[in-house]
This record gives sequence, C-alpha cells and structure tokens, in this order.
Amino acid sequence: MQLPLGDVMIEIRFHGRGGQGSVIASKILAKAFFMEGKYVSAFPYYGVERRGAPVTAFTRVDDKPIRAKYQIYEPDYVIVLDPSLLTAVDVLHGLKKDGWILINTVKKPDEVKENLDFPHIATVDATTIALKHRLGSQAAPIVNTAILGAFSKVSGLVKIETVMDAIREMAPVKQEDNAQAAKDAYESVIVGGD
Amino acid sequence: MRMILTGNESAAWGARLSRPKVIAAYPITPQTSIIETIAAFIANGEMDARYIRVESEHSAMAACIAAQNTGVRTYTATSAHGLALMHEVLMWASGARLPIVMSVVNRAMAPPWSVWTDQLDTMAERDSGWIQVYTQNNQEVLDSIIMSYKIAEKHNILMPTMVIEDAFILSHTSEGVDVPDQKDVDDFLGEYNPAFKLDPDEPAGFGSLIMPEGPYMEFRYKMALAMEEARKEIKKVVEEYNEKFNRNYSPFIEEYRTEDADAVMVVLGTIGSTAKDVVDRMREKGKKVGVARVRYFRPFPMDEMRALAKKTDMIGVVDRSYSFGPGADLYAETKSVLYGHANIPVKNYVMGLGGRDITPQILEKVFNDMLTIAKEGVVDREVEWVGLQGDERWS
Repeated sequence: MQLPLGDVMIEIRFHGRGGQGSVIASKILAKAFFMEGKYVSAFPYYGVERRGAPVTAFTRVDDKPIRAKYQIYEPDYVIVLDPSLLTAVDVLHGLKKDGWILINTVKKPDEVKENLDFPHIATVDATTIALKHRLGSQAAPIVNTAILGAFSKVSGLVKIETVMDAIREMAPVKQEDNAQAAKDAYESVIVGGD
Repeated sequence: MRMILTGNESAAWGARLSRPKVIAAYPITPQTSIIETIAAFIANGEMDARYIRVESEHSAMAACIAAQNTGVRTYTATSAHGLALMHEVLMWASGARLPIVMSVVNRAMAPPWSVWTDQLDTMAERDSGWIQVYTQNNQEVLDSIIMSYKIAEKHNILMPTMVIEDAFILSHTSEGVDVPDQKDVDDFLGEYNPAFKLDPDEPAGFGSLIMPEGPYMEFRYKMALAMEEARKEIKKVVEEYNEKFNRNYSPFIEEYRTEDADAVMVVLGTIGSTAKDVVDRMREKGKKVGVARVRYFRPFPMDEMRALAKKTDMIGVVDRSYSFGPGADLYAETKSVLYGHANIPVKNYVMGLGGRDITPQILEKVFNDMLTIAKEGVVDREVEWVGLQGDERWS
C-alpha cells in the first residue's frame, strides 16, 4: 500500500549528539521513504563536529521532486535521540503546532509534558531496546535505528517493514539486530494525547 | 539504477562511470568524501584506476597534468583553499590543452574560516582557461561529469573543466539519483583518444620557452577560439546526453517561467532550484516573475543572456560571492553582455556568503524588489547586499 503524504512536503528534524548516528538516521529514513516511491532529501547541519556535541540532521519527503535547497525551519516532526538534549537545545523550535515530537526516554509522554510545553509528545525507551539487541555499549548505546521504528508508528507515513528493510540495507553492522530494534520500538512507543 | 546519493557520492559515481585512469587528490572539507568514495571504489576493485596520494592540491593538479600528458583520462576534486593552491597549475592544465575534469565543491575563502558554500573560490578562477559548469542537484552533478569529459576531449576543444557543486547543500545532502549503466556511459563517451601524448618512441617537447615574436599570443588566441567553439559542442553533447539518458538539461541557461515575466532572477547553482518554488508561489499571487539558472559560466552564455533580456523588463542577478569590482561576477558579466543589446534595469543582489542560508522568504523579498524596479524602471542602487545582520530591510 502506498501511503499518501497529502499536498505538502513533510519535514523532519533529528536532534542527537555527535556519535549517536543522527545523520545516518536521517539517511535511513530517507531511504525508507524512497523505497516507497517518495522523493526525498536528507542532510546534516554541520556545526563543529565533536563527539558528544549536539548534532542536527534533517529529512524531507514529498510526492513530487524536491526543489527546496535550504534548511528546515518549521518541521512537522522532531525526533530526539538523547533525552539530555531536552534541556540543552530548544528542540521545539519552529515545530508546527499540529506536529509531533518523538523522544528517546524512559519517561511517559505525560511525565515529559511537565517540562516540555507541547501537546503532541511520543516517547520510546530506545536505549533499553538498543541494549537488549546489543547495539553499542552501556555507556554509548546506538539508538538511531530503534527510534525510526517508533517514527513509523507515530507518523503512519512509512511502513515498519520498509523501515526495517532500509535499516538492513544501510546499517553498517548488525543489520538484523538493528531492524529488530526498530520493530520493538514500533511496538512499544507510547503516543501521548492532548 | 536509482540510488540515494550525496552530491559528493554522485560526483564519485560520475567519475567512476567515466573511467579515468588516474586520480590524484588531496582532502579538504567539504570535498573529502568525493575522493574517499573513489578510494573505496578502487580498493574494492570496482574502479580500475591508479590513485595517487599527494602532499597538496598543487601536487594533485601537477600529477593530473603529468598523467593526462601520457594519454590517459584523469580526475581530481577540491574546494576553496585547495583550488586557490592549484591556481598556478590550473593555468598550465588549460594552456597545455589537457581535458582534465575536476569537481569543485564551492566553499568560502578564509578568513574567517568557513567550510560552507560560497562561490568566490571558483569565481577567482574564471580566467584560468577552464570550462566552468554549475549544478543544482545531485543528478546534475553526476551527469555533468560524464558530459564534461565528452566536451572537453573533443579535439577542437581540449579545455579542462570544473564541475561545480554547492558545499553541503549538495555535497552532503542525500537525494535520489538515477545512476546510468556503465555500458551506456561507455557507448556515450568512448575510449579516450588523446590529441597528443608523451611517447618515448616519438619524442616531443611541450611548453617550451617562447620569445615575444614567437607564437605565445597565437597559443592564447587558439584557447579563445576553443572556448568559443565549446559553445557549439556543449549544445550538441547536452542534447545527445538528454536523448540517450532521458534527461532534460538546457545547455547554457535553464529558464523557468521567463516567457512573460516582468522580472527575471539570474542565478548560479542551488539557488536556482529553491527559486523555482518561489516563482510558482508568486505566480499564484499574480506576480509575473521567472528564474534563469546559468549552468555554464565559462564559456559565458552571451547569446542566451541577450535573448533572455528581450523577454523581460528587469533582471536581478544574485551572486553568492563578491568581487571587489563593479559588483559581483555574474552581475558584472551579465551587464557587460547586455550593453548595447538590451536597455533594461539590471541589479545585483549579493547574498548567501559563507553558507548563509538562502530561504524562499528572502528570495521572495528580492523578487518583490525586482518587480518594483521593473515597474518604475529605475535601479535604486546597483549593488545591494541582502540579509546582513541588523539590516531591517531584508529581515
């Protein structure tokens, strides 16, 4: 089934820390949409490249060729790979009022809402999922693939099977573990209400 | 085959499909991933080429010159300070009539240090005798490399070529790209057939000393003729490529909704891509604007620019670099070729330097300024810097 996007381009912003794979996540997600016949572009915002420093990456998706060659200022979705960024970076900046923010955290959406003033919050414990599949280390779990599975559920814009196939094709190592982590996140993400 | 590639991966694929025998390059952000990708192709046995590691960009170009002189296709890539360091040998490559193809990822010149896009690096080499083609998406990056070998290697041309892409906006952005089949590219390009080469069995000297009464001036004149001749060959090769690979490139200037436009924006590179969305949006509001994206800056599209000026009442030239002369380069050259051919206002908008983002919102403001000038017929100021910090006019 081809999921329609509607008339407008979908814009997604990733927040992570250097080394967590935000840029690769933006590319894998683009690949998944591409595999479903969409036009895509994925790009990083290059700041000073340091391990641990906040990193931003973007994915654009459309039903028609994408001519936009500028940064994303008003995303439809924000994906946060590291909960510590919630207080370090203005993750809500420009996020559309009817958009969604998806956060890797052990907290539930209602708990996050206490400190984050936004109606549409989804949360997933991607860190625990990543560790269960032995992705990365206890100190530096690799959560970028798991959270894409959660995005599939929250957005309904791309099928989980396609996301898993894109991961299998693009993950540099442990392809199947990464794909299964996405599936686990798809099943366990908590989508908060208004 | 459709693949997701960054601009730099697209450049590497364009080079791979063109089968250069020697690659000599030195890393520099934002170009590095081009030569990394090529190094991987060679290491994996997917590309049959000699990869020469060198200690500088000057040496990279010198190695390409030497290799090309032996009668093989070569490729290299650089950016900004790397290109500037090549400056001396760029002149040698063109003077020696070696059809080298090089990717240049546009990056700002320091200081202050900036790795982001800005076209000063290539503009500063406009007089180096290289053909220069600017691109707006990753597909065009890949295709332009293949086309450039075909054009440059024609025996009536023999001019090296820079295929130019914007830093990060293309170089590190992933897009869907149609990668042609190797066999089709082989058919299109054919084997490299050098016009002359170094051969121990038939010794010859190249580039010797020439006295003032000798043919130095004639050598330069022949380069000028070749650059003129390139106009015809570019047109032919682009049309042939369009036909064979199902593309739709305009040889020199890609015009978008210019036919009945009150004002046309003239641009280079990715700005032209974003501007098309802005044109559509403004047309919906009844504002008749168009965009003309210049692909070839060398040779400069004189006839096409003059024809464009006949369709509109005003031309606004956007430059993503500044030359400390009468405005920036694209503007100065546009105005120069229109002199005596079109009596319409032309204004220079300098913007996006050092990678400052060029958004649809700021382009719409520029278009509105252009429409005011088209209506009043008077240019308020010839050169305007757009989007300076604290400038209320454009914020």
